[in-house]
Amino acid sequence: MTRIRFQRSLDDLKEKLLVMAGMAEQAIQRAVEAYRVRDLSICDLVDRGELAINRFEREIDQMALDLLAMEQPMAIDLRFILAVIKINADVERVGDSANSISDRVRELQAFPVAEMPVDIPRMASLAEAMVRKALQSFIEADATVAESVLSMDDSVDRMNEAAYFALLNLMKTEPHLAPQALNALMIARILERVADHATNIAEDVIFWVRGADVRHHMLENEHRQA
Amino acid sequence: MDINLHIPASQATALIGPSGCGKSTFVRCLNRMHETNPIARVTGSVHIGDLDIYADVSPVEVRRRIGMVFQRPNPFPTMSIYDNVASGLRLNGFRNRRVLDEVVERSLKHSALWDEVKDDLKKKSGASLSGGQQQRLCIARALAVDPEVLLMDEPASALDPVSTAKIEDLIFQLKSQYTIVIVTHNMQQAARVAERTGFFLNGKLVEFDSTHKIFTNPSDKRTEDYITGRFG
Amino acid sequence: MASQYQTTAFTRFRRTTANHMASVLAVLSTIIVVAPLVAIFAYLLYKGASSLNLNFFTQVPAPIGEKGGGMANAIVGSGVLLAISSVLGVPIGIAAGIFLSEYGRGSKLANMVRFTADVLNGVPSIVMGIAAYSLVVLPQKHFSALAGGVALGIMMIPTITRTTEEMLLMVPHAIREAALGLGVPNWRSVLSITLKTASPGVITGCMLAFARVAGETAPLLFTAFGSSFFSTSINQPIAALPLQIYVYAISPYDEWHRLAWAGALVLIVLIVVSVSLVRYVTSRGVLKGAS
Repeated sequence: MTRIRFQRSLDDLKEKLLVMAGMAEQAIQRAVEAYRVRDLSICDLVDRGELAINRFEREIDQMALDLLAMEQPMAIDLRFILAVIKINADVERVGDSANSISDRVRELQAFPVAEMPVDIPRMASLAEAMVRKALQSFIEADATVAESVLSMDDSVDRMNEAAYFALLNLMKTEPHLAPQALNALMIARILERVADHATNIAEDVIFWVRGADVRHHMLENEHRQA
Repeated sequence: MDINLHIPASQATALIGPSGCGKSTFVRCLNRMHETNPIARVTGSVHIGDLDIYADVSPVEVRRRIGMVFQRPNPFPTMSIYDNVASGLRLNGFRNRRVLDEVVERSLKHSALWDEVKDDLKKKSGASLSGGQQQRLCIARALAVDPEVLLMDEPASALDPVSTAKIEDLIFQLKSQYTIVIVTHNMQQAARVAERTGFFLNGKLVEFDSTHKIFTNPSDKRTEDYITGRFG
Repeated sequence: MASQYQTTAFTRFRRTTANHMASVLAVLSTIIVVAPLVAIFAYLLYKGASSLNLNFFTQVPAPIGEKGGGMANAIVGSGVLLAISSVLGVPIGIAAGIFLSEYGRGSKLANMVRFTADVLNGVPSIVMGIAAYSLVVLPQKHFSALAGGVALGIMMIPTITRTTEEMLLMVPHAIREAALGLGVPNWRSVLSITLKTASPGVITGCMLAFARVAGETAPLLFTAFGSSFFSTSINQPIAALPLQIYVYAISPYDEWHRLAWAGALVLIVLIVVSVSLVRYVTSRGVLKGAS
């Protein structure tokens, strides 16, 4: 097999990205747990984790740049490295989202616990599932798995929209719960963005594996349905 | 060899493939140069427009319409720069001094060599130029007989990167007036200059498609393996 | 560890000595080879220079017993014979060389031609003379310059053929392909490009053949036959320098011996001049051509 060193570099790149993604996934889980049990020490864990994630992002970008410059990758290799660079950015933002959630949890410390008409943990587990599936499709280079992620986005969007109306209503009927409601709404929005990032990752995998740019196609489908 | 392809006019078509895959041999069949080897045989046909170059015309006539530039620059050593460029016309009977002057100047300008040699046309011998200049001289010589098609067999493989870049720019300019077929084992070169690319392997044409498709998402696994450098 | 690869002083001494010895041997060999040539030339100069005067180059041989006279007729006669032989030998030789190199490569006919040329090369010169005698003298029933020219011409052919073939083969294949790629017919390419590129070498071959037959005596014995008179006609016997030298040398007359020495000197000078011409032409030619 020729270009063994190059192949190993590609494998290293993939592994690094997966390690980073694992850390981001864990961060979201922790942040949502911190919200559920209102535990600030978990928030600290999340915040410390961000440094490591950012470091990984820089390393992965650097490695990808080096491979592009030195190895003249073509066809599938080129698509792979391009996909890695983009997934890298999305995973880093998932890490950022975990941080945003942890900020919200710190905000909420000043206010009493209240029952909210939105199931944050359930939304979170759906978003997390999407991220996990997207990463699984990356590991297995399976475009079909990636496609299934795209269809999961609708549920999260609907949950987010329902949360908006429910929390708006709550703020009208029980104004003293406004801070908790507002923070809950923001967390819901953050989780919806996490789902979007998962979708992006899935699209990048499809681009890599099939050489097809699905973003354009999705838009086409929407136009046809409208 | 089982090869079918359509080479579009006024474009550059690249033929890539590993050493010994037959791309040079194939290209030599396009202007009947394989006939310099007495035991070479060809089956099938090659058409330029409606003309079958094997059945309807002589090899000499074919080569006036389909010119060739070789891997190693091969200017005629006993001739000056001027004589080299004019040789194609002279050896076919054209003697008019004014016509020759004009053709030599035009050809050297087309091959981006005019400015470098215009003061030494008759004083310097063809062989005294640098490698890159010699190759451009050979291109000028081929262009002087006004062919419709220019076959280039790895024209830059013996040249340094600067000369290679000049030749590639040249091909880009020539495309508008001539049809160019370029054999290369430098894939990046094919990607840079050609609209369409054919991949040869073991004497067969494995894939023939737009250059963009071949280099970003080829259909055949063998093409992909070659392009990504993975063999065995 | 490094000492394994370091050259000892002894090794260096050994290598230097070997170097010096090789140089000495080379110089010695050169001297051994050149010495006879120099010796011959010096001796000829000594023996013959005194007899060289204007008369030598302008007068025909004087009758026996009389002083004076020269070898003007022999010098001119050699010229005529060499002209005839060149007209015969050069075109045929070059054409055969072109055939062997460009058209017949590998064919049975080419192999036969090459074989014939090699055999012809080895035929003793006197046998050539006999052949020309049978071909020209017998039908014509008299000796003639033509017969001599034919004999010498046939002797030139093998050398010219082989040299032409070698020189043409040295022309890089790429040059031929370049010409063909321009849509030039094969014959035109062979003549105007290949032959022209090889021309210095081909000319060398011709001059070598020329220099060789210039000194031949035996084939002229019964073809040109020799003559005491000034003649440029091709249908009559004609004098030739080597022939004249032979005749004078075996004669009993001192006067003629003197002339023979002078003639030998003139002959060798003329041959040296031809070979020098060859060297001059070569230095401008193939080496510059095949870059």
